[in-house]
Amino acid sequence: MPTTTPARPRAAEGGLRRIAHHTLFWPVVALIALLAANTVYRPSFLSVTVLNGHLFGAPIDILRNSAPLMLVALGMTLVIATRGIDLSVGAVVAISGALSLSFIATSPNPGSLSTVLLAIAIALGVSLVLGVWNGFLVSVVGIQPIIATLILMTAGRGIAMLITEGQITTVTSPPFKTLGAGFWLGLPVATLVAGGVFLLVAFLTRRTALGMLVESVGINPSASRLAGVKARTIVWTVFALSGLFSGLAGLILASNVMAADANNAGLFIELDAILAVVIGGTSLQGGKFSLSGTFVGVLIITTLTLTVTIVGISPLVTPLFKALVVIAVTLLQSPRIRESFAARARQRAARPEEVSA
Amino acid sequence: MAARDVPVEVTAPVVEMRGITVEYSGVRVLDGADLTLRPGEVHALMGENGAGKSTLIGALTGTVPILAGTVLVDGLPRTPTSVARSRAEGIATVFQESHLSPHLSVAENIMIGHEVRGRFGISWARSRKQAEAALATVGIEDVDPRAPLAALSPATKQLVAVARAIVLEPRVLVLDEPTSSLDESEATRLLRVVRRLRDQGVAVLFVSHFLEQVFAVSDRMTVLRGGRVVAEYRTAEVDRAELISKMIGEDIDALQALHSQRLSHHYAESSRVALRATSLGRRGMLGPTDLDLARGEVVGFAGLRGSGRTELARLMSGVQRADRGELWLDGERVQLRGPAAALRHRIAVSSENLRHEGIVAGLTVRENIVLALQALRGWARPLSRAEQDAVVDTYLDALHLAHEDLDRPAGELSGGTQQKVMLARLLATRPHVLILDEPTRGIDIGAKLDIQRRVAKLAGEGVAVVFISSELEEVVRLSDRIVVLKDREKIGELSNGPGVTVDTIVEMIAAELDGPDPGDDG
Repeated sequence: MPTTTPARPRAAEGGLRRIAHHTLFWPVVALIALLAANTVYRPSFLSVTVLNGHLFGAPIDILRNSAPLMLVALGMTLVIATRGIDLSVGAVVAISGALSLSFIATSPNPGSLSTVLLAIAIALGVSLVLGVWNGFLVSVVGIQPIIATLILMTAGRGIAMLITEGQITTVTSPPFKTLGAGFWLGLPVATLVAGGVFLLVAFLTRRTALGMLVESVGINPSASRLAGVKARTIVWTVFALSGLFSGLAGLILASNVMAADANNAGLFIELDAILAVVIGGTSLQGGKFSLSGTFVGVLIITTLTLTVTIVGISPLVTPLFKALVVIAVTLLQSPRIRESFAARARQRAARPEEVSA
Repeated sequence: MAARDVPVEVTAPVVEMRGITVEYSGVRVLDGADLTLRPGEVHALMGENGAGKSTLIGALTGTVPILAGTVLVDGLPRTPTSVARSRAEGIATVFQESHLSPHLSVAENIMIGHEVRGRFGISWARSRKQAEAALATVGIEDVDPRAPLAALSPATKQLVAVARAIVLEPRVLVLDEPTSSLDESEATRLLRVVRRLRDQGVAVLFVSHFLEQVFAVSDRMTVLRGGRVVAEYRTAEVDRAELISKMIGEDIDALQALHSQRLSHHYAESSRVALRATSLGRRGMLGPTDLDLARGEVVGFAGLRGSGRTELARLMSGVQRADRGELWLDGERVQLRGPAAALRHRIAVSSENLRHEGIVAGLTVRENIVLALQALRGWARPLSRAEQDAVVDTYLDALHLAHEDLDRPAGELSGGTQQKVMLARLLATRPHVLILDEPTRGIDIGAKLDIQRRVAKLAGEGVAVVFISSELEEVVRLSDRIVVLKDREKIGELSNGPGVTVDTIVEMIAAELDGPDPGDDG
């Protein structure tokens, strides 16, 4: 009878075990451990104070600093879910920042809202076009994603240099500064923007059929094609979104420092974004993706960076710390490692019987 | 390759495999198979897909671990553990041309792994000389050994693959589907080389889906079915019809009832033509083919694998684009630019390759069922949970799918359940033309019966169904009309009726090519 409940052995093992089997269990544990370590080092770490109507404190810093990486990682999650990868995000960040700031700097009235909005629109439009270009190379021309996006990764910084004419353009424009450094309702604007995009993407993928179709293409492109899924359009779309989100991240980063640095803006952000996606449990082989996993991954990476600063370790060794955490988390998530742990546990349990047999 | 001293007792076997048993994760794929290879003889290994041919070859060349049984080389027991080791014993395999390295030169492809070494490492001059000798043996001495492999035609590449295998002067040469990418004259050229090698005393093991080639080149054949050797023949003495029925096997027929049901069904002769193909074809894939599919009719495609039955299905459904001929749907000319376009025209197709082109293993059963319908609607108009349930429930009971499986990843389920999920996915799009390629391969009898019943019911509801199966009994049982294909051509059409049996089709396939009888008795 279909109405009888099937015997589920796992249900009997208790809730704790189920939580431990959740894909996000170890990333969340890692995040909590990081926060705890910081609190031990500096007991006031987790405290949030209100100053001039704004929230202040390390947790707020983490949220604000996470915003650009969050945006980039969201696009990266979708791209990776279709078996792709986008190496050009850092270059798009630089181009977007350079474009917006150069436009504001050369405009007659850098402080006006209309100038700023136009600058943002131009930067986002160009970023979208760059994403569409990547998508074209991958889905229409059929170039492998890593190569297709490598083109823009290397060329992009050159384009940004052309835009800034090799200068580090410094600009004063209060409305533009709000994007990266402002507050609204007590929270950083950057955080609100990233949060809004997160919700939008979550809605787009989970409340429409886009998420399922993306996963289907990522898991089995040929089967998806035979089922009538337009794999080309989907791959193209996710690359376009990745470009657009990277452009937005570039705006936030540029607004934060109010200077367009074509060489260093968004440098290595593609690697951080890929790390965040992988830590969050989305496989580089494509398929099932987890936006909340990416969220936790981004928080881990930003917290790590902040930890290094707070503890006073030289920023030069930040990459080393990141590497250690990433190794730990990915090992704990690896099915093979888990299986060998489980096998060892079973062996240990079985050993007494073997002796008696 | 120089002529070697052939042993006086020419018939003494060079390889004897006895009682070879192989299991993959508990499933017995070879069960006590015997095979004897003699010098100066071409031995064909026959059998349908999954019969165990590749496994037996793997057991011989050391790529498949043997559970039980012995391999004797020159009468001495050997345990082939690796390709390198079996090569050292004189057993060489001809890889398909797709397994060569396109960016290496011809000489490098031939000599890789056994380059001639001098005092200062590899001597490319001497290696090239050996490669040239091997090229001459296979009759392509005009090919420049320095040329990149990618510059050659598929046929020449395949001959380079043969050269690669014979450069160490093996005593046993294994050819697994060496002609699958070649056209007829190219295949003839390759077969000539095989005969020449045989005449030089090499024992050749030959596997091909092309029956005529097997008959043209082999001296002896072993027939496998379900992992067992069911017959061994001298090619000169074998009866083709008997051979084919040996390969296909006669199942215990628990489904006779369905047959008589189908026979009494008889679709109305005046039925509208749903899909018409006129000289539909594609170079290197299928010769020009005419076909009509009427509403409410089940048309079976019969033929061995590689006969063109899958190719015809794929051209009719836009999975691959035809380069000649036309498709007409309900009297209107259509051009299918892909499966998505076909689905919009209400043509649904399933692939014979369930794992690679059917099931999306990581998605749940529910997602797999609604996938095509959702793709048809577009991503922006998601099916609500209630709509999904309605779709899923329609097929759940009819196909005996279990409710609790719905939210499990489809990849975890049995082959039979996956086939049902595929059928449900196609049916959810409410097709007018349904093309099923091997929908019952490798599944148990119960699931098979569920799917066959469903196909019969669909035809009753006015769907035009194409049913492709390697099991001819099944085709005969279900079809109103049977299209017979062989060697990438349609060779005839039969109206199903009391007189038509598996033997009728087998005889049609087995008949020589010289007088293809359309056999369209309306």
